[in-house]
Amino acid sequence: MHASSRVAREAPGLRGALTMDLRTLVQLGIIGLTFFMLINASAVLVLAERKIMGFMQQRFGPYLVGPHGMLQPLADIIKLLMKEELRPKGADKWLFTLAPILSVTAAFAAFATVPWGAETTLFGLLDEPVRLGVADVNVGVLVIFAITSMGVYGIVLAGWSSNSKYSLFGGLRASAQMISYELSYATALAAVILLSGSLSLREVVDSQAGTWFGVIPSWYVFLQPVGFIIYMIAGVAETNRAPFDFPEAEQELVAGYNTEYSSVRFALFPQAEYINMTTMSAVATDLYLGGWHGPFLPAEYGWIWFLLKVGAILFTYIWVRWTLPRYRYDQLMQFGWKWLFPAAVINLVVTAALVLYFNV
Amino acid sequence: MSETLIFYALSGLAIGASALVIGQRNPMYSVLMLIASFGALAGLYIQLDAPFVAVAQIIIYAGAIMVLFLFVVMLLNAPKEDGADWDQSHPLRLPAVTRLGSMLAVLLVVQLTWALTEASNIGGAVSGGHDGGTVSSVRQLGRTLFTDYVFAFEATSILILVAMVGAVMLARREGERS
Repeated sequence: MHASSRVAREAPGLRGALTMDLRTLVQLGIIGLTFFMLINASAVLVLAERKIMGFMQQRFGPYLVGPHGMLQPLADIIKLLMKEELRPKGADKWLFTLAPILSVTAAFAAFATVPWGAETTLFGLLDEPVRLGVADVNVGVLVIFAITSMGVYGIVLAGWSSNSKYSLFGGLRASAQMISYELSYATALAAVILLSGSLSLREVVDSQAGTWFGVIPSWYVFLQPVGFIIYMIAGVAETNRAPFDFPEAEQELVAGYNTEYSSVRFALFPQAEYINMTTMSAVATDLYLGGWHGPFLPAEYGWIWFLLKVGAILFTYIWVRWTLPRYRYDQLMQFGWKWLFPAAVINLVVTAALVLYFNV
Repeated sequence: MSETLIFYALSGLAIGASALVIGQRNPMYSVLMLIASFGALAGLYIQLDAPFVAVAQIIIYAGAIMVLFLFVVMLLNAPKEDGADWDQSHPLRLPAVTRLGSMLAVLLVVQLTWALTEASNIGGAVSGGHDGGTVSSVRQLGRTLFTDYVFAFEATSILILVAMVGAVMLARREGERS
């Protein structure tokens, strides 16, 4: 048992798969579970969004399907699957189909390097601990950047291949907005990486264990309050949500980049958006809020803290969406380049100077 | 064994995609094929045990630069490159230009052949001389870049700055000059 698990550790891939032991099986199960949770996160988030929106607008929200409207996402999915798949006559056949697939693939893949719990032996069931998460890469933070920057192509290609002016405007806005805010987002994260001295998300989380003065948990949000706020604002813009939902601003562009889409191909876009939201929140939890570290719970149950924190951030996203009206497009660009990015750069320089001075 | 297979698959993808960049006439597809080629190259970097270079390749080339390419192609909205306009009177079709172009092409092939034979001769020395850790560790990479190669680094950044200022100057219209 012990020897075979060491083989699987040293030679992952083909040889590891052949000499599969319990630990590898559990690890594969956890990977499957991560995928399953992501798929369902979008369904749960659609329901949560509509329920919270209803609450904020003093109405019930979806209420008819199932108890308290709990089965509404299921009904939505069945409806979308039954719809006819339309493709405009002038649309580019290949890219029109590729675009939603690209969006949703990038959204899923970005979560691959996000850990969501401490390494665990499942209460002593396994000899060696398994990691809760898909992969642990030593440049994990950069992998997330790389894959989210691929997600832009899904939206841009959807806008272009539809051969419709509203879609094209949506796609153009999406690419301009995502490039502009990716800079602030990456610069804000670089400050955290400076503090922790590692690009691996698991190591960043583990460097946040413990407390200061026995009371304040030593999370980076307390060292990087400005960076956290910049990250959250840029995250809203990156996921194209209100008040920055210009790519699909319905009063101006019908529905923006996904105007011409219907049925499953349409469903993949909101799915990608909600998964991207989840990834943003999970990365924020890992980098700023101490990941699975928290008081009261033993390390084995750390994932409960992780889920609670992600849930809190997701609630904030939804709260912001139904509180703030959409800005003007020039305001978005002015704010991104003239305020958010300089603030992120100053934050990074000050952090670097302090790290150098105190030699953390 | 599987590494060799992956290597050939990735290099095949890179070569095929690069050929398609110039092999078909839809500029949109050319941009996408270039992205696919960059992706395959990133895979090769991972095989060379340089994950940081691979990720940087995707973030900078596939993620940032190609989005700008795509942006320009979308704004020009050229569904096809016009083949008919390339008649004989085009300046690029002048005999002298054609001759120079074919000479450069031959030179490139000769250079590549020479470089490949040289590389196969010194292949052992290269793989033995370098420590794999210097490439895969971001800390080492940064330290090397900002100590041993700091002049090249600064010179490159000034070059890019000059290019950027030049582009802004070219794009500025005459009337806006104060």
